Parts: sequence; C-alpha cells; structure tokens
Amino acid sequence: MPKRTDINKILIIGAGPIVIGQACEFDYSGTQACKALKDEGYEVVLLNSNPATIMTDPDFADRTYIEPVTPAVLAKIIEKERPDAVLPTLGGQTALNTAVAVAKDGTLDKFGVELIGAKLPAIEKAEDRTLFKQAMDNIGIAVPRSGLAHNYEEAMAVIEDIGYPAIIRPSFTLGGTGGGIAYNREEYEIMAVGGIDASPTDEILIEESVIGWKEYELEVMRDLADNVVIICSIENFDAMGVHTGDSITVAPAQTLTDKEYQILRDASLKIIREIGVETGGSNIQFGINPKDGHLVVIEMNPRVSRSSALASKATGFPIAKIAAKLSVGYTLDEIRNDITRETYAAFEPTIDYVVTKVPRFTFEKFPSTDPTLTTQMKSVGEAMAIGRTFKESFQKALRSMEIGSDGFESRLFESPADFKRPLTASEQEQLRDKLRVPNVDRVWYLGDALRAGFALDEIYEISGLDPWFLYNIQQIINKEFELYADRQQILSGSEAGQGKLREAKQYGFSDRRLAYLFESNENVIRELRHTHNIRPVYKRVDTCGAEFEAFTPYMYSSYEEECEADPTDKKKIMILGGGPNRIGQGIEFDYCCVHGAFALSADGFETIMVNCNPETVSTDYDTSDRLYFEPLTLEDVLEIVHIEKPTGVIVQFGGQTPLKLAVALEEAGVPVIGTSPDAIDRAEDRERFQALLHKLDLKQPENGLARSFEEAETIAEKIGYPVVVRPSYVLGGRAMEIVYGIDQLQNYMKFAVQASPEHPILIDKFLDHAIEIDVDALADGTDVVIGGIMQHIEEAGIHSGDSACSLPPYSLPQDQIEEVRRQTRALALELNVIGLMNIQFALKDGVIYLIEVNPRASRTSPFVSKATGRPLAKIAARLMAGKTLKELGIEGDIVPDHVAVKESVFPFAKFPGVDTLLGPEMKSTGEVMGLDKDFGKAFAKAQLGAGVNLPLSGKVFVSIKDSDKPATIEIAKKLVEAGFSLVATEGTAKILEDNGLAVEKVNKVKEGRPHCVDAIKNGDIAMVFNTTFGIQSIADSYSIRRSALMHSVAYFTTVTGMDAAVDGIMAMQRESLDAVALQEYSF
Amino acid sequence: MKAILALADGRIFHGQSIGAVGETCGEVVFNTSLSGYQEILTDPSYRGEIVTMTYPLIGNSGINSEDVESSKPHLSGFVVKECCKFPSNWRSEMTLDAYLKENNIVGIEGVDTRALVKHIRDHGAQTGIISSLDLDPASLVEKARQAPELIGRDLVKGVSTTENYTWTEGLWDLDEGYRQADAAPKFNVVAYDFGIKRNILRNLISGGCAVTVVPADTPAQQVLEMNPDGVFLSNGPGDPEPISYAQDNIRQLLGKVPLFGICLGHQLLSIALGAKTYKLKFGHRGGNQPVQQKANGKVEITSQNHGFAVDASSLGDDISVTHINLNDNTVEGICHNALPAFSVQYHPEASPGPHDAHYLFDRFIEIMDNFKRNVK
Repeated sequence: MPKRTDINKILIIGAGPIVIGQACEFDYSGTQACKALKDEGYEVVLLNSNPATIMTDPDFADRTYIEPVTPAVLAKIIEKERPDAVLPTLGGQTALNTAVAVAKDGTLDKFGVELIGAKLPAIEKAEDRTLFKQAMDNIGIAVPRSGLAHNYEEAMAVIEDIGYPAIIRPSFTLGGTGGGIAYNREEYEIMAVGGIDASPTDEILIEESVIGWKEYELEVMRDLADNVVIICSIENFDAMGVHTGDSITVAPAQTLTDKEYQILRDASLKIIREIGVETGGSNIQFGINPKDGHLVVIEMNPRVSRSSALASKATGFPIAKIAAKLSVGYTLDEIRNDITRETYAAFEPTIDYVVTKVPRFTFEKFPSTDPTLTTQMKSVGEAMAIGRTFKESFQKALRSMEIGSDGFESRLFESPADFKRPLTASEQEQLRDKLRVPNVDRVWYLGDALRAGFALDEIYEISGLDPWFLYNIQQIINKEFELYADRQQILSGSEAGQGKLREAKQYGFSDRRLAYLFESNENVIRELRHTHNIRPVYKRVDTCGAEFEAFTPYMYSSYEEECEADPTDKKKIMILGGGPNRIGQGIEFDYCCVHGAFALSADGFETIMVNCNPETVSTDYDTSDRLYFEPLTLEDVLEIVHIEKPTGVIVQFGGQTPLKLAVALEEAGVPVIGTSPDAIDRAEDRERFQALLHKLDLKQPENGLARSFEEAETIAEKIGYPVVVRPSYVLGGRAMEIVYGIDQLQNYMKFAVQASPEHPILIDKFLDHAIEIDVDALADGTDVVIGGIMQHIEEAGIHSGDSACSLPPYSLPQDQIEEVRRQTRALALELNVIGLMNIQFALKDGVIYLIEVNPRASRTSPFVSKATGRPLAKIAARLMAGKTLKELGIEGDIVPDHVAVKESVFPFAKFPGVDTLLGPEMKSTGEVMGLDKDFGKAFAKAQLGAGVNLPLSGKVFVSIKDSDKPATIEIAKKLVEAGFSLVATEGTAKILEDNGLAVEKVNKVKEGRPHCVDAIKNGDIAMVFNTTFGIQSIADSYSIRRSALMHSVAYFTTVTGMDAAVDGIMAMQRESLDAVALQEYSF
Repeated sequence: MKAILALADGRIFHGQSIGAVGETCGEVVFNTSLSGYQEILTDPSYRGEIVTMTYPLIGNSGINSEDVESSKPHLSGFVVKECCKFPSNWRSEMTLDAYLKENNIVGIEGVDTRALVKHIRDHGAQTGIISSLDLDPASLVEKARQAPELIGRDLVKGVSTTENYTWTEGLWDLDEGYRQADAAPKFNVVAYDFGIKRNILRNLISGGCAVTVVPADTPAQQVLEMNPDGVFLSNGPGDPEPISYAQDNIRQLLGKVPLFGICLGHQLLSIALGAKTYKLKFGHRGGNQPVQQKANGKVEITSQNHGFAVDASSLGDDISVTHINLNDNTVEGICHNALPAFSVQYHPEASPGPHDAHYLFDRFIEIMDNFKRNVK
C-alpha cells in the first residue's frame, strides 16, 4: 500500500522531560519520526516540553510546541492546529497516556482526529492488566497468575491466592514506578498501598513471582497489511526479578535452540495481532522457566520503547523511522533498507556480533535509598558495546560505563598477587549475599566468586545467572590468572608473548586492565601493542550478517583480521560524545554533539561520531557520516584516530567525558580543535584558575585547598562558615556539600576522601542568599558573543543543574547584567576560547563573584538555543573548524522579548526514603522549558511541564526557617490576595499573624495527630512552602516534603521558588495559558 | 590444535580445529541463521558443503537428541568464530564439539567469519578445504583447486534412502516432544527423498497424512501403484540439472497426482515443466529471507538453503510464479496453471527458521482433497 493521502497533518507527541524509565531514546525515536514524516511530505506538529531534544529544533517539525505534555495542552493544540491524525507511539508512556486521555474524553472525536500507530482499544488491551490477561487467554499464551486490587482489602484478598514472593505492578506507570517484589506480608502491605497510590488509576496488579526465570524480549513490527517481523531478540543477563531497564542485556538471545526461539517468535506474532497494534514497533517481554522451557508473557508495550532504541542500535534497523512510515500506510516491503540499499525493511535483521547493554546507576547521589535492584527501574542511563564475542562485548561494555571500571576489578582482593588468597568465611558469605541479591556491583563480585573458585553450579543456584554467562565470565577470570602469570613474557614482547597479548585483546581486555594485571601502566601496554601491530579492526553493523554490502559506515572495533573501516581522505572532523546518561550529563550534551555534526556536515566536512550510548540521536547512523559505536576511553579513541586520521577532534560537546581526555589526546598528537587543552586546564585547575582571575581582577568566593582534615579545618575557620566543600574535578556537584560547622566538616571529610582519594578537597565561602547567574557564550579568539544570560530562581547553593532559571533575567539590575557581560568577554578572550564556554556567577550584595568556568558546551546550551533561536552548538562547531564569528555573521547579544523558564525534573519518587531538598549536589534527571510572554506564565508552564500542579485556590501550608521569615511575609500576603488561605505550624503562624494574616494552625508531626502530614495526605493542602535549616529540623520536616511528593502536592523549598510560584499562579489566574508554537515567536 | 581453511582462489584463514581431526573439501557457503545450528548440521541439503555460520557464537545451547533433521550430519565441514564448550540449555545433552567428533565432521573455529562471508559474497561460493593435518597453505589451496565442484554432480544419491519406509513422527511440542501420527490419516502421501528434512515429514503427519518415503530414483509407475493422494518432492543437495531420473519421474506423475515440491524438489519440478536453473553467486542460506506471495502481496519470513535457482524467464506460459524473493526478486514459488502441482524454493517446514509459511502444507492438503473429490 502506498502512503495515505487522506491525511496531511500529523501531530507527534514527545516524551517530555528525561526521567528514570524514559530517557533520550524517545528523542531518538521522535526525531526519526519527525524526519520520516516530513520527508514524506506531511505537515508535522510536535508537542514536547523538553528543550534539550533534537526533535524540538524548529527545523524538525512545521509547528513545534515546547509546552507541557498534558491532556489539556494537547487538546488546546488539537483545537488550534486541527491535525488529521495523532501519532502517540513514539513518545514513550507519557505520549501514550496523554493520547489515551484525549481519546477518552472525546477531544479526538470532536475534532475528527484519528489515532495512528495504535488505536485506543489496542493501547488499552496492552496496558490494562485485566484486558491483557483476557487477550492472552484468548490465544492460549500463559501469563503469571495474578489479581488486581484497588485498595488494601482487595490487595490482601489477592495475595491469599498468589502467595509470596509476589510482584506488585501499579497500572499505567512508567518504569515500574511504585512496584516491587514482596517476600513477606510486611513488605507486601507497604508496597501494595504505595503501588495503589502511585497508579493514576489507583490500581495494582499482584503477580505470581517468576523470579529466577530467564528473561527475553522481542522487538516486533507490524504493518497495515498484517506483515509481522521480529527485529531483534534480547536475552537478559539478570534473571527475572530485575527490571529490564536495570538488567544487563545481550542481543541476540544466546541460550535458546531454534525450536525454543520459534515458540517465542510465534507467540510474539500472535500477541501483536491479538492486541491489535496496527502498525509500528512493539516490545514483548517473556519469562522462560530454565528447567523446562515453559513460557509466560510478562508484558507488551504497544509502542516504541527503550528496548526498541537498543534494538535499533544493536541491529542497524531504524525501528522508529520505519514505525513512522508504517503509521501512514506504507508496508514493510515498500520501505528500503538504508544500509544495504538494495533490500527492503520486510526482513528480519541478523547480526554477526554480540551486543551488551549495561545500565548506569547513580545510587551514590541518593545514599539513603535501598540500592537493591528490583522490578522498579532505578538506572538513569546505559551504555552499549559491540564485540565479536560475548567476552569482548561484555568487557567493552564495562569500560563504556565510565564509572572507573576497566574490566572485572576485584572487590575483595588487593592485587593480582592476592587473587589466589583463600577467602575468609565472612568474605565468602559477603560474596554469596552480593550474588544472591541483585545489586549494582554484582558482576564484579561475580568476578571475585570465580577467582575464589566458587563452582558455576553454586553461583547459578545463588544468583539465577545463566551458566552460559557464568562460563564466559569464568573464561575471562581464568585468562586474568594466565595473563598475570605470563606478564614478564608478554611485556618482553617475545613472539609467544605477542600471541598472548593479542588473545587478551580478543577477550576484550582494556590496556588499563592489562596494565593492572601486568603491574605496568597503560602507556607501556599501548606502546607494546603498537610496536607489534596489535590493533583493533573495525567491522560494520549492517543488519544482514554481511550478506549484502553495507553503505552506512556504522562501525565497532574488534581484534579480528579484516578491517572494514575504509576511511576516506576527505577533510574530516571527529566529535567525541558523552557516553551513558547520568545525572549531570545527559541529553543536553548529545544535543550539542548532534548539532556539531549537522553544522560541520553542512560546511562540507566529513563528520565522525564516537559514542556508546544507544539511547541517543548521535548514535543514529544517519546523524554523522561515520559512526563508531565505541567506549570513550583514551585507548578506544586513540585507535579510532589512528585509523581515521581526522583533521580535527572536538572534545567540548560531550560534557566532561571527552573533556577529561583532552590533555592526553593532545599529548598523543591528536589534533584537538577549539579551545586548547591548556586553556581547559587553566579553567579546571584550581591554582591556575586563581592566577587567571587575579590577572583579570575578577572576584571569586574566598577559598582554599585542603589535603587533610587539619588543613580543611584551618581554611574553614579562616574563611568562616558556612563553606562549600567538594572534591576537585567533578561533574554535577558530585559529593558537594554546604558545611555549617566543624562536626559536619569532619563527617564530610570521611565521606569525600573515600569518594575521591586522589584529589584534594576544595573549600569555598558559601554565598548565602546570593543570586546565581549562568552565562553561555561563543568566542573565536577575537570576538565574544553572549549566547544567553540566565538568572537562577533558586539561590546560590543549589546546584545549577537543579535550579530553575529564567532567560532573560527577571530581576537583575541592568548594570549588573552589563558587568556579567564584561567579565564573560574578558574571560573568553583571556582563555582564548574557540567555541562555547559557560560561566556561573553569583551576585551578593551588589558584588559579582565567579563560581565556575567551563570552557565547553554546557547543560544549558540547548535551552539557550531554543530560547533565543540562535543555534549555539552549530556556531561553536563552525568556530572550532576555523570560521570566525564575523564570517558567520554572528554579532550582538540576543535578548528575546519573551521569557523562557527552565525547570528541572527529579527522580525522588523512584527512590523511597530520599529527601526532596535541593542542595549543591545535582539530583535532577531532566528539564522542561516554559515559554511565554511574561515570567509568571513561562514559570507556570515550566511547572506544569515538570509535573507540578500549581493550584489556583485552596490552602497553602507554610513552614519556614527563621532566616526566611521576613521574606515569606510578602509572599504570604500575595497568596492571600490571590485567594488562598494559609495553614502553618506554631512558629511560622505567629510571624504571619503578627503581620496581620489569618492563619489556620496545625500540629508539627512531633506535636501529635492530626498533624500537617495528615492534612497533606488527606488532600486538604493544595501547596506546600517549606524551607528548613539544620540537621534536626531537616529530619523533622522530611515527612512533609516526602508526603507532598507522593501525593502530587506542589511544594517549594526555597523562598525564591515560592515567590516565583506565586507569580506563576497569579499569571494563571489572570488568564489561561495559551499553547504557542516556537515558529510563532520572533527571534 | 591449529587448523586452516583455504579457498580455491587462494584466500587463507587460520584457526583452531574443532570436531574431527582431519581434512575435508567442499563448497564454502554461509548461513545467516542466529539459531538452529543443530538442524543445519543435520540437513542433508548441505552435503558437499562447508558451512560457515555468520553468527559468531555457535554451540551455546548444546546438542540434544530431538533437534535433528536426519540421522546424522551431512555437511562436509563447519566453520565458526567461537565454538561453545560449555552449553547451557535444559535440553542439552552434549557439546557441539563432541557431536562433530562423534560424527567425524571436520570443523574450524577462531576464523574471522565475517571476512570469510564478505569474501564469498564478493567472489562467489567456491571450493575450500579445512585441514588440521596439512598446515601448508599452498598445498591446501592446490587441493581445493583439484576438488570437484558442485555443478553437474549428483549429490542426491549419497543422501537418499535406499529403501521405502513409513514415517510416523509428527511436529514437536515443548511438553510432549514429537507427537505420533493420528490413528486415521486422511491422505496418503509418497515423499521422494532427495535428502529430505524430517520436519517436512512431521508437518505432513501433523496435517493428517500417512507418509511413505521412497528412494530418489523410484520409478513413477511404482509410486502410482502405491495409490498416493499426493506426491511430495523433497529438498536435497546440489545441482538439480544432473538429476534427470527425478525429472523424468516427475514428468510422468504430473497431472496424475498432486505434487508439492520444496527446494530441490521445486527445482526438479520446474525443470520437469521445461524451465532452466542456474547457480546463484552465493545462494540463500538463513532464516530471514523475505518472500512475497504474488496473489495477495503478503510477506513471509522464510528459512532458505539453496545455491541454485529457477530462471524466471525460462518458465512456460502454463506456469505462474507464485512467490518471489524480495531481496533479489528470484523465483521462490511456482504453480502449474492447470495441473495440481506447485512448489517453493524455500522451506515452509522451517526447522530451523520461522513458521510463517506453514500454510503451504495446508494448501497441499487442500489440493489433495480437491483432487480426490474430483477424481471420485
């Protein structure tokens, strides 16, 4: 069937902010969909609140709404734009839920809009547990025994039948939020109630546990002619019981015979047909009993998913792009396979390598939460690696994660010489515990268990990890023993030694891991390899196992014979990506990498991308001319440079990951372009930075560098508390803390020294109640252009990545803005910045202090680009490639006549037990943008986009620390004027009453019930204002914040945030918010 | 132990020996299936071929006594990147390596199989030799050059049964394994064994047929005397051209009894109907080949294993092409416009591979049913 001509205008719903369970894979899928549909001549309307996405670049859709992804906003856009169809299957669960809402409330019917991709009944059949179970019964496919509950009593009745352990799955939530595994009644009661609460439909499914079964996923595609193909099979390394997003996974399935695999395939075909997903991709998860092969289907996503992105990268088959084309009526046999060119999308990819995906966690940022891995997803990112064997692929994946791992580091043994030491009984017990309970470090403990000689059978019994995986890892560990024993021979470079070194590389050992095993160093190993020409070759990912010629240079390294890199001799620029998403480094940096590639490609360069994050647009094979899906370590990058010999390498787009490599790359003779590694070092190195400021006569908060507790104590005394302490060279404020006294300092030093042993501790004066300012600027060595000046809404002390901010500044005096501009220019010129730089300033008592200079693209680059219409990363790439600002016609600072507010989005709901207070350590996973004519409206939109429901009326609970009380009075007055009533605990109530405000008093939690938390839980409170100080008071008020979070009550924990919230509410009271497309603003 | 794979055109691959120690010649081909190596090993159509698996890790699920397509492996040699010494699967009974040794199949691992596949793709399938005895590349290349090629050889005789036998095993089920035939079969099928895969027989049994397997050179008259409702023409190895006895028999059966052919059976039927076959550059071997039914445009993902194909331009007016390969537009299925005879180039019995084309067995049964009623 050719494409449909009865529809012309299609609305695509994006996934909104990056949250756990929904990351930049939906930018990848959405971007592909936008491109595909525009290419087909459709008019594309896009809704997505996330400014850091490529898809929200104004070129990707005809009408781009950076507005909250809510049913109300969607309805408004539908009314305004009158699309013919809505495509809801490419923006994750958010898009699906939002589409379901407007389908159910009649909006779609009212405006004659069709859902394409998946119709409402199909979505409901897949998502509603009861309907899904019925559907599976119809086709004779087993599901785990289960029952539904909507309240405590029902939940207790269901468990009678299911028994323990039981899995709790809240309906219609993302990434299993609110779910878990209950092993006993006590755990069950807590989880059941929590799950009902987390579900938007107050519903949980209690399910028979199939913990320990093998877990598989199949990616399925169907077209309107009912052709169905399987794109990829995935086998989980972790057995059932760990959320698939938190599992290490491998493609293709490894341990099934064909007969067993075909059972899965047949079931998948039946399922997609029974559920009735008309077109596009779906993901189906199965559990298989390892003892007899019996199968249950766990769930089906009637949409493109995180696994689809992984499957796309793992096979080279662009699922989202094809899904978009299928949704408008094409059939699989009408769509060309881009990679082979001669064949069509109607086939099943076959691969001739092994893909390993490893999740990346950030439990270190949430020390108070339980780091056990369960059915609720907790990882924030992932890395993927490709190798010709599982061993090669797995070891590459470990070093791709950038958690300081070079391979199977030991957790119990001191050194290779110690590997054969017998373990103590308690160490053995520790190992068994670590193998039994799924946790972030399990694979490394597994390495130790194998070193200690645990039998594979025993490990399998304890862990449920398939013996095939265990055997392969045992081979790696055994090889480590051999390598250590043969180290002299290998280092000698003898012929036999060379053979062993090559074999080690074929097993995926990194140079750094070998250096450790050989008691040598990385450079020695590298030179040894190069001397004997032991280098990787590059193979292509081609969808077809080499059956057809591949025309897309999508490559991975392997220590094999034949190299297919086939580099050109064009002028080429290599861009180093950001690796796996983590808190502090995510989609924003990928955005910059992609823009760099687009700009340089337009300028006639061949572009080469290096990255290992399967969720990203940068790892799409058609983003750059050549793609290397490789870890971003010095070793891996140098090998690519060796084969490609690029004209220039860009390190400033991928965040801290490539930046950290800058000096070493330059030393190895790599042509790093843009700001010089030396200048980067000047900005990063404490002492050199101080010298720089001194030269320019700029101020920074008083500070010092401490290598011991005594030094720290002396410095803190000299500067005066409060101080900000942190280890040097960190991203996202890792381990940064505001310290108010010596006891806290002592505690911190214990923690921080452990966190970062090689680096000293930095101590800065904390600028209490200062306004923080973020600046992104472009420079070419001669001229400097300010990209944007952002005023933070939260005060200094809260990490810039967590703070909301406004562009342009909403309350800064003009002369201060001018001063910020002057200082930015001075710094950019002094550092000879070529490309982008980001500076954070703090303004206190009329004085501007420099907090930080980052001579690279920043987290705010995409936000500023969207807010001002000036594509900073593209310009920066051109500057780095040798153009000047003048040549590019870039001059003058853009100050838009609208306001853009960025708000951050937090994962607190996923981490039970974690406080929601903000601090100097970054905790947000994503961001949204609110765009409107004035600050209040823009702020309100940003809140809505971030999922905060600003109330228009009701009671506001106010509990404020003493130092904030004066400022709070004005805010409280505005609230009352706006029609709200106030509720407060004793202390705050008194101040408010003294200032003539009527206040309803409520007990503090410790004062007895009913108390303020009861009021929040009962739905009596519309909004919470809570600031707090001191460890005791923070602990006392924790349950206020946590219950507000869990009950979706808007809460603000800073005075400036409260003030902005009131502005936002008043703006909404004045007139309802309009949805305005980016294309309607004048830039 | 070291081993070498040498191609007739001089390309050499070094690796380690798996399976039997020895030396073996054959046409080097590749199969892109991710699963099903055991079925591939035991598929008689691979006689005379050295099979390279494109997926690098082979042997992961071991070898079991169920997943066999004939009584033993028939291929000449086996090439993999990594042969798993520690399989993991609840049905596994032995390792791949042990199985190859037991069946005296010479194999090699540690080969850059992707490089080998690309070489075959670009230069065509050709004779090669695996040896763990002679490690002199020049000598091996010479031996490969001397070895006979596939074209013009009758490989069927080496794999066909020598005596008639009755088949009773039906399709496989996870719980029950292979099920036995129904008590009262509705149709009598005689299956010519040109190298038949058991799963074809199992499909016929599960479709309600009684099946008698006969040697490849059984005269048509003898078959007709068995009073079959339909005659099945099986898959098998090598070039269809020299199998003239089968072509003659098929000509004699045409119109007298419904015919269904698969793979070599399809080629033989086509030749019997006046068509020509030719050798593909490197063939189709794998479980992901897209085939389109001309009648309704539907696409099925198919299991394939063939090095020769039917020349579409040589088909007479009384023959329709029913299926084509979407990758290269080659003929995948034909039917006679007037007589009850049809065939497909691919493997609807799968094993290994997807079950999308299972309906063809139903079609055969429907044709037999119609024929039976019309005759009576």
